[in-house]
Amino acid sequence: MANKCGLFHQSYQSDMGIFQTWFARVWMALLFAWLLVFPFIAKPMGKALGTNLLYLANLIGIYIIGAQGLNILTGYTGQISLGHGAFMGVGAYASAILTMKLGLSFWVALPLSGLIAAAVGMFFGIPSLRLKGLYLAIATMAAQFIIQYVMRNATWLTGGSDGMSVRPPVFFGMPLNNDRRYYFLIYALVILATLFTKNLTRSRPGRAFVAIRDRYLSAEVMGVNVWGYRILSFGVSSFMVGIAGSLWAHYVRVISDEHFTMGLSVHYLASIIIGGLGSVTGAIYGAIFMTLLPELLRIPERALSAIWENAITVVNSLREGTFGLLVVLFIIFEPDGLAHRWNKIKAYWKLWPFSY
Amino acid sequence: MWFFLQLLVQGLAVGSVYSLIALGFVLIYKASGVINFAQGELLMLGAYACLAFLTQAQLPFWAALGLTLVAMGLAALVLERLVLRPLIGEPVISIIMATIGLAAVFKAATAAAWGTQLRSFPPIFPEQPVKLGQVVISQVYIWTFLTAMALMVAFALFFKFTRLGVAMRATANSHQVALSMGISVKAIFALSWCISAVVSAIGGVLIGSINGVNITFSDFGLKVFPAVILGGLDSIPGAVIGGLVIGILENLSGGYLSQVFGGGVKEVAPFVFLVLILMVKPYGLFGTEEIERV
Repeated sequence: MANKCGLFHQSYQSDMGIFQTWFARVWMALLFAWLLVFPFIAKPMGKALGTNLLYLANLIGIYIIGAQGLNILTGYTGQISLGHGAFMGVGAYASAILTMKLGLSFWVALPLSGLIAAAVGMFFGIPSLRLKGLYLAIATMAAQFIIQYVMRNATWLTGGSDGMSVRPPVFFGMPLNNDRRYYFLIYALVILATLFTKNLTRSRPGRAFVAIRDRYLSAEVMGVNVWGYRILSFGVSSFMVGIAGSLWAHYVRVISDEHFTMGLSVHYLASIIIGGLGSVTGAIYGAIFMTLLPELLRIPERALSAIWENAITVVNSLREGTFGLLVVLFIIFEPDGLAHRWNKIKAYWKLWPFSY
Repeated sequence: MWFFLQLLVQGLAVGSVYSLIALGFVLIYKASGVINFAQGELLMLGAYACLAFLTQAQLPFWAALGLTLVAMGLAALVLERLVLRPLIGEPVISIIMATIGLAAVFKAATAAAWGTQLRSFPPIFPEQPVKLGQVVISQVYIWTFLTAMALMVAFALFFKFTRLGVAMRATANSHQVALSMGISVKAIFALSWCISAVVSAIGGVLIGSINGVNITFSDFGLKVFPAVILGGLDSIPGAVIGGLVIGILENLSGGYLSQVFGGGVKEVAPFVFLVLILMVKPYGLFGTEEIERV
């Protein structure tokens, strides 16, 4: 009698579980342990590699939160947004204004800035009542430019092109003012955001989102309130990216409109496409990939500028060009993203060496 | 009053170039359903190519223009074959991201080849401005407007009377029917990219001769979106009218509103307008309304 090989669910409960095997649970526990240990060994490791690893990890964490948010909208609900860079800016500026001008505590400002970003996102999501993919992409692109204009020109509110300076948050008397302290705040929220996204996709709204993405007419026939859920999706998605913006603002402590450009929106979209649309782990892979890519590109850049001193302009454009090329290649050759590739690799090794 | 007329005339000239770009955009969208976010980059490539032929190869203007158009047409064919054709049938978001990625590649290639500083075109049109009452118009604007209009008429005739034009319209209407009539849909897709690149290159040379070119030149391509949304994404007359209206609107808001709202209002006004149109009349003036009932 051969042993069973693979996953055979015997109850609905086990089929719905987040971590379905003890193997996955062990790995998850190891990941948590690693996340706890990492900030204490990041410094020597970073020194060996010549970069500030903790800073990169924090950036990745912030991007993961935003990418999970965009993935809810684009990956699960099938609505394209080219405005998430600006919505992140709304979150950042809202948090800055609430703490610096109104004197609120960071812990109040953080959810509030998420809510403000959600409101703005939902407003620009209103056209989704009648619009689909293409039109919506254009509507959100317009949102991007309009919000950017407001951030730059409403000087009385946002400080205009000078930007605003922001204080670090204080946690029970301890200011979270260095990379390591901030790391724990960011990753607590990353875990929350990931769990939230995962659970959302297993709930009634999550299934409604997927139904709308796959065939919204059928969804409507089944009694799904298409418009309501689309707006909800915009709201949840912008809320998360607003939280990411607020975290970003209190991390870098000086914000200006130059960070929240169309480029950032494209960056977010690229990370969920490269990671895998509609996949919780995909958003994480994508965020990691897109943050590490510029760092990795520094290596050929340094080599290039060592042999050719006039390389600066070429190097800058090399980075942009590589980014664009990678996106195009990914879409043509790996349209389902890194998460899908990883599943394929796992599937191959599962039955190795008898893989059929 | 004269101030208003001045703004109006300038807006009309710039708007006619927007119409040209919008025309290129609508051609691709109508034939193959691809939203091309790299339209502005095609414009920029055309302008830079022409500039290179003019200043680096020292060619006379007409030869340079001809070579530019041929080169851009060929480049578009290659592009369609390598990038867009494998994506036929893929979801919208993939295609949008692919064209955004292409835009980044084009921009990077341009910056690497020609640098990022502003380069001005050698004078192509006579510099003596024309005066109508108190309205002063430089001749570039007049030529721009006339060229754009002539091209538009040529396209209208092409679609109405030539075999190829009819084939393109048939493809736009229904791929399956076109295929069953013996039209090669793939060839039509390629052709629409080719024509679009050529039209954009002409637009690029026209705008370039007004302001000179630099790396932010491709931002002109973004103006295409308000124009096509106003006119309707799949309507060629809509693209023409939309482009003109957006050009005028942009110039008027730049002239009258910039004292109130500060600089940059000119750039953002078309997008505010875009959101308003989308909320009121999402399929534009002439676009096909998709009616769905459940």
